This record gives sequence, structure tokens and C-alpha cells, in this order.
Amino acid sequence: MITSLNTSDIYTIIVRVADVIVRNKDYLTQLDAAIGDGDHGINMDRGFELAVERLKQLDINNSDIGTILMTVANALLEVVGGAAGPLYGMFFMNMATVASGKKEVDLQTLTTMFEQGLRGVQDIGGGTQPGEKTMVDTLYPFVEELKKQAASNSNDIALAFANALKAAENGMIATINMIAKKGRASYLGPRSVGHQDPGATSSYLILKTFYDYIKEKESKG
Amino acid sequence: MIKKLINTPGEEVREMLEGMALAFPEIIRLDPQWNNVYRAYKKPSYKVALVSGEPAHAGYVGYGMLDAAAAGATFTSPTVPQVLAAIKEVATEAGVLVIIKNYSGDVMNFTSAVKMAQAQGIKVDYVVVNDDVSIAEKEKRRGTTITVLVHKIAGAAAEEGWSLSEVKRVAQKVIDNGRDIGVALTPCSVPAAGKYTFELGPDEIEFGIGIHGEPGVQRIKYIQSKDLAKIMVDKIAEDLGLKKGDEVFLVVQGTGGTPYMEKFVFYRDVRKYVESLGLKVFGSWIGEFMTSLEMQGGRVAILRLDEELKRLLTAPAYTIAVRITGPMTLPVVT
Repeated sequence: MITSLNTSDIYTIIVRVADVIVRNKDYLTQLDAAIGDGDHGINMDRGFELAVERLKQLDINNSDIGTILMTVANALLEVVGGAAGPLYGMFFMNMATVASGKKEVDLQTLTTMFEQGLRGVQDIGGGTQPGEKTMVDTLYPFVEELKKQAASNSNDIALAFANALKAAENGMIATINMIAKKGRASYLGPRSVGHQDPGATSSYLILKTFYDYIKEKESKG
Repeated sequence: MIKKLINTPGEEVREMLEGMALAFPEIIRLDPQWNNVYRAYKKPSYKVALVSGEPAHAGYVGYGMLDAAAAGATFTSPTVPQVLAAIKEVATEAGVLVIIKNYSGDVMNFTSAVKMAQAQGIKVDYVVVNDDVSIAEKEKRRGTTITVLVHKIAGAAAEEGWSLSEVKRVAQKVIDNGRDIGVALTPCSVPAAGKYTFELGPDEIEFGIGIHGEPGVQRIKYIQSKDLAKIMVDKIAEDLGLKKGDEVFLVVQGTGGTPYMEKFVFYRDVRKYVESLGLKVFGSWIGEFMTSLEMQGGRVAILRLDEELKRLLTAPAYTIAVRITGPMTLPVVT
């Protein structure tokens, strides 16, 4: 059973996120072209490429998780642009603040990290709520489920993330039938229905990368 | 693949800026670290500095308009550190006015940079342009062509040494009295994506588009220029509450891939319809001012004028895209 993640785990997860984003670059861009301006995959890829480049210059063994995540936040804020830059920048920055000085985090701390990350996204988006066809539709149910899991089973990270990821996936799929209320898709009004939100999708891909890594680590024992 | 006169996709903004700086070294200089464009000459300390962003604005840096443009990638807002670098570079004792287009990404990046600059002791304020009349809710309206008229009018005021609060007041006056609307006949393609941003049938028009190739609010069947002109002008006139005898300035433009023939046909139709409503046309710009790459289509912007706006609009400007050598004198028709 996995009960904690350390700096090296978080580092590896971020490197894998960058890889997942590059492999889904065209997919995310296509989703964005349908209801936005068709650059989400391109912008996210540019950000995570720089994040990994910067992380490779760090001494991982002597770094805390906060430093890793703050490096990611700064890279995303610096080169992603659009709305995704500040949104994901604040997501990782708030996570980094919770993890500051910590070289190992348990389920309770991880839950607080994602909860604060979500709050950052909601705040900079001007109080974004679930149901508005944004990345919050993926992140919010994920955090709610994680909180539930952390309260009931105190330390099984893999089990908690498995359940939370399922909630996140449902949230992402639910964006298909939503009318966009925030961002460029909102200009389309009812015409935004029938398309999955690109931000909700990139958020899901990031969360899934966390879970896939945790599951793999558990299976290796 | 969609053919374009570029090199590596994703490098086009930087290479465009390099070309502009090579062609007009007396007007702009390029900050290679941030892809920001600044005025070439030394800033006077008495003058409020004007900052805006996205690649389109580099053409409006110069005397009588902007002091800095933070570029960003094609169709993408510049980032927080980039905007902050632009504000710090041009900041004067008189202060900085940041002109933001009402797109969620632009607003997030620019207002974050403004807050950071304020925390560092820089006197800075901002206005948000939301002139796109195709969207009903005012707070959601995008910033489009009127942004350029804000640069022009607030820029002239700043050049005359007005205070930050006065420059902001006149910038807001332009926003309150200006509206824009656009249509697409064809989509455009972002170089790094290599695909068209939407699909449009041969007999369809995308109505109420933004400026980043995003789809509009409605898809309509093809209609002729004069019919489009009427619908578009009506939307603006109704929203602004224009009355007989009001004096207006017109900006009629293509969206990047529209030939001049069509732009002037469309201008003729807009002008005739505007005058049929009893409005007085003080002047017009016809050309390309806020476009969407190779998209074919048109935009109409109308600014309601008073004496203050008329004077500042016709004051001298010397930028790559706009050059006005002095007050415009219109022939008196008797």
C-alpha cells in the first residue's frame, strides 16, 4: 500500500505529465478548435516542455516537493499564456505552497494540496463553479472525492486516487452536455453543447498521470 | 498542411517582430528576452506610458500611441512576467496605463501583472475594452477594434502630458462610445496547429466573430455586402443608442484575407447605410487594424465623437501601422 509520495515521485509524475501532454497535443488542440481558438494543446505543451527543462537543472535529491511544483508553476505562468497559463500556474503554485519544505507527503497533505490548487483555479477564474464547462468540472469532483477518501481511509493513496479519478472522469464527460459560462467557449452559448471542454480534458490527463504512476508504484511493491 | 509564408510554425511571431524592428528601427526596438516591442527613443518622464498586448499591437507602438506591446504567441495573451517586464521597461513617474482586451486569458495575465507592478511601487492603472456588440451581456463582450482607437486617443492625450487619471478617463470614454462587430466568410489557421479553426460551408457566414479565429455567436446563410452592412450597423447603432445628427468615426476593415476591392465595396455599403440613419461621418479608416490571419471577412467599428475625441483622434501619430501628420482637414461640401 502506498502511503506517501516523495520528491522523486512528484518529479517523475511531472516528467510523465509533460509526455502525456505532448502525446495529446493534437487531441487537446482539436477539442479547443471546436469551441475555443484551437491552441490549448500547443500552449500546454510549450509550458510543460519548459517546466521539465527547468526541473532537470534542479538537484532533485536535495529539493522539496514545494520547489518542484513552484518550478512548474513559474514555467507555466511564463510561457503558456492565454487563460491556461494563469489557471494552471495558480493550480501548481497553490499546491507548491502547501508542499513547501516537505520532501514527503501523505494522503492528508495531498488532499490539501489539490484542494488549494482547485481554489487557486476558482479564484483567478473569477469564482468559477462546477457546471460552467471548465477545468473546475474535473478538479472539483476529484477534490471532493479525495476529501471523502482521506476522511474515511486515512492513508491508502492508490485507492483514494482511483476513486477520485473516477469522479474526475465523470466530471470531464459531463462537460459535453454543458453550456459554457466561462472563457472563449462561452461566446458560443448553446452552440458549445456537444463538445467536451479542452481544459477539463487536460486536467483529467494530469490527474490520470498522477494515478497511473501511483498504481504502477504500488504494483512494483 | 496549410501553406504559409513562414518558417518553423510557432516561430512566426518572433520572426514577424524581428522583421518589423529591422524595417522600422526609428520607431520600435525589440526586447529579445520577452518578445516585447518598445518605442525606439528615450521615454520622456512626464508622459504616461501606454502598454497593451498580443502580436497585433506591435504596429501601434510609437509616437502618439503605445509605448510597449507585449506580444505573446499567435492568438494567445502574453504571460504575466512578459507583461510585467513591459510595464517596468516603460514606467515613468507619470504612471502607466495598461489597455486590456476583454478576453479571459488577457484579463488574467494583465491584471496579475498590474498587481505585481503596483506591489513593486509602480504607478499603474488599467482599462478593459469590451466593444464586441455581438455578445448580449456587456461584461462578456470581447475587446476588438475599438482597442486601436483607445491606443490612438489615449496615446494622444498621454503625449500632451495629461495625468494618469485623465488619460484613463478619456480611454474609458472611447470604450463607452465605441462598438465593433465582425463576420467571417472563411476560417483561418494557427500556424502551430496547421488546421483551420472552424469549418464553414460555401454558402455560410460566421456572424459575430472574435479576433482569434474562434467561431462566432451565430451561423447565417450567405447574404450580400449591403445586407450584412445593414445588420452590422443596426446592431451597433441600437446598442450605442445613436441618434440623428450624432457624429461618428468609422473603422471598416477586412479580417486579414479580404481584398481591398471587397473592403471598399463593404465600406461603401456601411457608409451609405450609416448616413441613411442621419449620422454624420467625421472620418473613416479603411484597411486592416485588428485582423485574424488569413481569414476572409469584415469588421465594422463605430465610435461616437465629441469635440475632445475628435481632436485627439486627429492628433499626430507615428507608428508602423498608423501615421497621422496633423489634424485632418475635411473638404466642406456645399
